[in-house]
Amino acid sequence: MRGNMSRKVPQEQYEKTFSFKFKRWLDGTKDPFLDTVEMKPQKPFQETEEAAARRAGDRERIAERVYDLEHNRLIRFFKRFYKIMSALFCIFLVVMLLEAVSWLPTVGEPDRPVNNEVSARYIENGLQETGAVNIVTGMILTYRAFDTFGETNVLFIAACCVMVLLMVDEAALKRQESTNDRRYEPKNDTILQTVAFILCPVIFIFGIYVILNGHLSPGGGFSGGAIIGAGLILYLSAFGFRKTQRFFNEKVYTVAKVTSLLMYGLIGTYFYITGANGMENHIPLGIPGHILSSGIILPINICVGIEVACTMYAFYALFRRGGI
Amino acid sequence: MTVFTCILLGFLVVCAVAASLSKSLLNTILIFMSYSLVMSVIWIILESPDLAITEAAVGAGVTTVLFVVTLKKIHAIIKENDQKDQKETDGKEK
Repeated sequence: MRGNMSRKVPQEQYEKTFSFKFKRWLDGTKDPFLDTVEMKPQKPFQETEEAAARRAGDRERIAERVYDLEHNRLIRFFKRFYKIMSALFCIFLVVMLLEAVSWLPTVGEPDRPVNNEVSARYIENGLQETGAVNIVTGMILTYRAFDTFGETNVLFIAACCVMVLLMVDEAALKRQESTNDRRYEPKNDTILQTVAFILCPVIFIFGIYVILNGHLSPGGGFSGGAIIGAGLILYLSAFGFRKTQRFFNEKVYTVAKVTSLLMYGLIGTYFYITGANGMENHIPLGIPGHILSSGIILPINICVGIEVACTMYAFYALFRRGGI
Repeated sequence: MTVFTCILLGFLVVCAVAASLSKSLLNTILIFMSYSLVMSVIWIILESPDLAITEAAVGAGVTTVLFVVTLKKIHAIIKENDQKDQKETDGKEK
């Protein structure tokens, strides 16, 4: 019993408190039917050297018998069975898929189920209702904004899951890095550093261009975010974690990721509520073709871009080092 | 369908089969990367440039990098120096 610890309350008074009873119940020293139970510590596990040697030998004997490929009939049978079955399964899959493809409707016929009033409305009224010259982005981020919001959440949750699995404790990380600092940092490769020095600004600017022109030209938040993420990975692999952390550390990552998702949620919620109730929303659509136009598409594109770029970078950093 | 598209599609099939039959994991990843690159060119021919951008950035870029990092983490990529070290230690043990 741990009764001699320094306490402010005397023992008798402490025994009346709820916390004492809870602790006694947790330890199992008091049974409701048998009253006080004496707790005996478990005996230490003892084994003679002979038994230990036999136990170590068991493992080797099992391994020998299992990996004795020439005399193991089961493995020989399984290998042949596996080859035949995999070939059969592949042929079955190919035949089934080809059969399914042969039943698909031909492209471009007007009376097919794909050519219904939904796509006709997107094409005819898309420019007026969304203000986006790029119909694809206009469709994804206004008519189907709820769908895209779910996809962005999937990215967020995926990054969180990778963090849960691969994140290393910060103190352990620092200890490891102080003992050998070359393990996670790349060596100073001159060719890689020169190429990254020239390419990284171009990649970042192209990514920002793709995000900001999502409603005017092909691209959008996801493509632009992926480009910026790839650029960040290139910079990181060329210059190492210490230089990257000067402008992109865990704090920046958390703030950017959560803020962008919340912003998307807020803008989206306003848009869904007004749209679902048939109310007019107060977001100006602007002149189609201008960079500041098409209502909610531009801010949502920026949010999605930040989210995707952070996720890409976080995947790489967590796989590589176990921290951001 | 033009000749160029046919060549690209044939290359796609060759890449897919080669990636699944290759013994070395690193080679598989590189073949898979070239598969994504050809796929992005095909997306441009099919007139969907936004998919082409995404495929080039995600398929050929980030996915390949993640695969290579994973291989390095599970020590599937062995450098020449490591092999020399391994031989030396093996010799000492014997």
